[in-house]
Amino acid sequence: MSRLAGRKKLVIEPAWCKGCGICVAFCPRSALELVGEKVRMKEDGGCIMCGLCEMRCPDYAIYLENLEE
Amino acid sequence: MPSELIHQFMRIDHLPHIWCAGCGNGIIMRDVAVAIKELMEDPEVRLNREKVVIVSGIGCSSRAAGYMDFNSIHTTHGRAIAFATGIKFANPELEVIVLTGDGDCSAIGGNHLIHAARRNLGLTVVTFNNDIYGMTGGQYSPTTPTGDKATTAPYGNVDRPFDIAKLAAGAGASYTARGSAYHVRETIDLIKQGIKHKGFSLIDVYSVCPTYYGRKNKKGDAVEMLQWQKEHMAPAVRYYSMSEEERKGKLLVGALTHNNYPEYTEEYEKMVQRCQADMKAKAHK
Repeated sequence: MSRLAGRKKLVIEPAWCKGCGICVAFCPRSALELVGEKVRMKEDGGCIMCGLCEMRCPDYAIYLENLEE
Repeated sequence: MPSELIHQFMRIDHLPHIWCAGCGNGIIMRDVAVAIKELMEDPEVRLNREKVVIVSGIGCSSRAAGYMDFNSIHTTHGRAIAFATGIKFANPELEVIVLTGDGDCSAIGGNHLIHAARRNLGLTVVTFNNDIYGMTGGQYSPTTPTGDKATTAPYGNVDRPFDIAKLAAGAGASYTARGSAYHVRETIDLIKQGIKHKGFSLIDVYSVCPTYYGRKNKKGDAVEMLQWQKEHMAPAVRYYSMSEEERKGKLLVGALTHNNYPEYTEEYEKMVQRCQADMKAKAHK
């Protein structure tokens, strides 16, 4: 688990995802997968909240949300 | 619900955008938003959002002015820099950012580009360079590499391409840089440098067009095209630590030129002050 878990949360907006697969391909932990042309987090997780998916998502469909002020 | 960044800087009711799946333009548009946000938060810059003007021309890239929630203007084909020149000249306090494409900026808008660069007018131009005219169906542009295919070059492009950043530098732009859709952090920093820079800044950002350029040239999907950028482009820190041999076939992601030529509106203002002082002196005689 990432030390950021609990402070950040990965959010996916399926309606905005066009299924290009960029986030899946460049996720350093292979924590994402495409199902039916939409991204989702794999069940076994592994996300370290690095935010690389958010940086390269052309459709702003995946991002990290701060949980604390 | 989109992220806070997107909420803050994009017109949500116009999203999701019309760009194809995997189009690099969405990545570059976000880079511009992050660059502005970070400069707003930078205590040494304190960029005022109300002073930012986003200007675009025509083409896939130029949709960005409609999506970004700033004072923005979506102008005619090739004329983004011409409109931006008028805006900057009328009110030099404004931070005028031009979002344009390789066709818009270096073909029909080529003259505006070189003359704004020659004058060293304080604009920041970000080119979404995808090597092709995407919106109209994949015609070759001035940056399509020699030999590559396009709808209008079915047997391969005979032209030699422009390197837009070098073109601008050659015409007199005082800050030129190259970024890429893959190298997000580096590109954001280059855009920030460009905005902070007083004279004409041009950041040529390599986008990816999987729909036309990628498919026509069998370059694969968006992922493979970004992978190409990862392998064939090197951020400055790494690039300058490489040997001559290692640099072969690699493009620098970083600043190409950075100097302090006098900025146009400032020079113009100085001339106005000079003339007014002369007139006053004459009136007192």
